[in-house]
Amino acid sequence: MDYIFSALKEAINLIITLDSEVTNVVGTSLKLSLTSTFLAALIGIPLGILVSKIDFKGKYFLNTVLNTLLSLPTVVLGLFVYSIISRKGVLGEWGLLFTIKGIIIGQVLLILPIVVALVRNAIHDIDEKMYKTALSLGATGSQKFRLLISEARYGIIGALITSFGRVIGEVGVSMMIGGNIKGFTRTITTAIAMETNKGRFGFALALGIILLSLSFIINFILYFFQSGESK
Amino acid sequence: MFKNKSFIIGITLLILITSFAFVDNTVKGQERLVLATTTSTENSGLLDELIPPFEEKFDIRVDVVSVGTGKAISLAENGDADIILVHAKDAEKQFVEEGYGVNRRDVMYNDFVILGPPADPANIKGMKKANKAFKKIADTESTFVSRGDDSGTNKKELSIWSSANVEPAGKWYIETGQGMGASLNVANEKEAYILADRGTYLAYSSDLDIEILVEGDPELYNPYGIIPVNPAYHSHVDYQMAMAFVGYITSQQGQKIISEYTAYGKVLFHPSAITSENLK
Repeated sequence: MDYIFSALKEAINLIITLDSEVTNVVGTSLKLSLTSTFLAALIGIPLGILVSKIDFKGKYFLNTVLNTLLSLPTVVLGLFVYSIISRKGVLGEWGLLFTIKGIIIGQVLLILPIVVALVRNAIHDIDEKMYKTALSLGATGSQKFRLLISEARYGIIGALITSFGRVIGEVGVSMMIGGNIKGFTRTITTAIAMETNKGRFGFALALGIILLSLSFIINFILYFFQSGESK
Repeated sequence: MFKNKSFIIGITLLILITSFAFVDNTVKGQERLVLATTTSTENSGLLDELIPPFEEKFDIRVDVVSVGTGKAISLAENGDADIILVHAKDAEKQFVEEGYGVNRRDVMYNDFVILGPPADPANIKGMKKANKAFKKIADTESTFVSRGDDSGTNKKELSIWSSANVEPAGKWYIETGQGMGASLNVANEKEAYILADRGTYLAYSSDLDIEILVEGDPELYNPYGIIPVNPAYHSHVDYQMAMAFVGYITSQQGQKIISEYTAYGKVLFHPSAITSENLK
């Protein structure tokens, strides 16, 4: 119990004094999770729509694979990405290991299944009649796309919120691919893992509190936009 | 079509923040040297004193990746590090013999200690030989916590068991597979014996009930070596800079920083690259 109070105090102290190490890891974490979420959205939203709207052979199988990937442990994914971008791996020449880009690749792979699966579900839930009406009125491809996005926006934002939450809180990929390098690839979560290992439990908890606060702020903004229309 | 303005604003905002993140990212375009080392060195805080003067002198960024000794070596074998600073003499020797590393140098040393509960059920307090103490722990089947993670400390522990002629196994022998700090906490909760490096123990000592029972045996000596990755094996490594770093860390300047570094009011590492007379 003692830890929690001292951690709260330390967290507030760290925020007020703008501790340079803390602002650094917070910046890295934010940069990583926003970029990864954005890229995953860019790839995942169209994919989700395709998976939902287009019928093809093996769709049942693909959906099952997608749902399975939702439970992918970050360490397994980290290992997988490591084996590819290590100097011994296929993409070894690119020197991506222990870089920001490397982590982003891992994180995008981590949340892409989430975005695709949740967008797919969101599109499923749209009123089929409206879509058919649009089709019968001769909607063009881009009009169809915009209609779907607009109708499924709550579900899509929900997918982004879930993905963002998954990446900002994950340790496995950031640790294995990023290497927890001070001032470079150290994120809030890898710093928490390290501080715990050092025995600085209070400091680690303080970082945890900061992470949750950040997440709260970002979710607050997103939720505001998500619910803005329904008034 | 887009009646929902806030949705567009939200997306735009996200894009803006993200692109800002991308711009920020390009600032770090410096050359870098990847140093794979053990958690005990990084956690001690020594590297924060040791590395900046080198970075400044050579206009390079040293990226420290701290993992267990076993993993540091396999990173280097895969060519994912330019240089390693580790503590496991036999594994280091093998690393060099297999051609992965060249020009190993001694850097510094500290020591391991055997910790245990104050009640000391195996009655090893004050013993001079680590292996005899281990034998007693095994004979009395007192709980012992092992890292079990192929770290330098784990390798040392296993070598002591083998010099005690004991095959550690059974209910009394717990392998955590975790780092030193986490394992110390496990040992503390279980009132068990454990082998730890002195630095990490000192960092934790205020939270621990277990205490130092055996120390000072030459077998508990813990030397650290630095080894650049062989450029003949991995042509992409920055061998020049790696050797410059070896030169720096074994120089008067580097060794002095090591000898003067204290944490928790104690000296944690003793330089071993040059003799103390030359350290002025």
